[in-house]
Amino acid sequence: MSTLSERETRDAVPHRVGLWHAGVVVSTKTESPTGRSIVLDVPGWGGNIAGQHADLRLTAADGYQAVRSYSIASVSDGDRVELAVDRLPTGEVSPYLVDELRPGDQLELRGPLGGWFVWTPSLPGAVQLIGGGSGIVPLMAMIRSRTASGSDAPFRLLYSVRSPDDAFFRSELDTPTPGLDVTWLYTRVTPEGWGRSPGRITVDDLAESAFPASLSPAVFVCGPTGFVETVARALVALGHDPHKVKTERFGGA
Amino acid sequence: MSEHVDGNSLAGPLSELFAVDLTTASARCLGCGDVSELARAMVYPDPAGHVVRCSQCDDVLMVVVQEPDSVCIELRGMTWLKVPR
Repeated sequence: MSTLSERETRDAVPHRVGLWHAGVVVSTKTESPTGRSIVLDVPGWGGNIAGQHADLRLTAADGYQAVRSYSIASVSDGDRVELAVDRLPTGEVSPYLVDELRPGDQLELRGPLGGWFVWTPSLPGAVQLIGGGSGIVPLMAMIRSRTASGSDAPFRLLYSVRSPDDAFFRSELDTPTPGLDVTWLYTRVTPEGWGRSPGRITVDDLAESAFPASLSPAVFVCGPTGFVETVARALVALGHDPHKVKTERFGGA
Repeated sequence: MSEHVDGNSLAGPLSELFAVDLTTASARCLGCGDVSELARAMVYPDPAGHVVRCSQCDDVLMVVVQEPDSVCIELRGMTWLKVPR
């Protein structure tokens, strides 16, 4: 019995996810002082729906490998994938992606991953998106999916960022879109003359700007773990059905 | 030790092993009886793997251990796992 042939047989089984695909950086765009979006061409990717993520693998010259998960900002049925990454000060991978990566560079990707924190145009009803920092990324994919499909589902976005400069996708979100309502929340620095003092998101912000529980919106919350858990608790306190609230935590940030 | 994340993060590691996306599967917690999608569980990442805890009672549902030549999945904390098809 040959172990090698067993392995060869196993590897020959078609399996759309789980495989690592070689991707090539097509372009990058600065989104904020600490973040940028990265467009990759990934032959064999085969498309993704809004809200999914990819695992990204980097291999150093000495063979050391690091794997990290990043949400996908784009929606397509092809091989183009747009990620957006915020640099974590103590990060091992994100500083490289934000500061060093150049068009033509190669990365390995696995995915698309995750079938739970997703929105598709076939889902009926109102949608409340709540993002903190780079937690906007999968929510941006949902907004783009809504636009691309011509869906008229009512969407609201609450987007919490440190300062106006820290917003990802600013110009796209500032472009008026019928049926999409965007509320900005600033935690440290606000634009001049802004009505709300800088501060973290509160239950009052949600009561004021989010769809009410009585509308039974589908709610998607994404961001640093502390942000997500604060928001999820506040939503339940405001009467939202916990089953309608989907969350994705990025960990510490 | 980094802060916990959630079951969404298991999609990649489990895709090495399973053809279906297990993060949409529902698990029944042996400790408290809660039934939730795996995506809703709390996940404590560790260089050696992942510890997956019930979002309601914090009991360990599952441990995924990365070994050089295999992946070990310990399922001591769940009565069952229901996978949508």
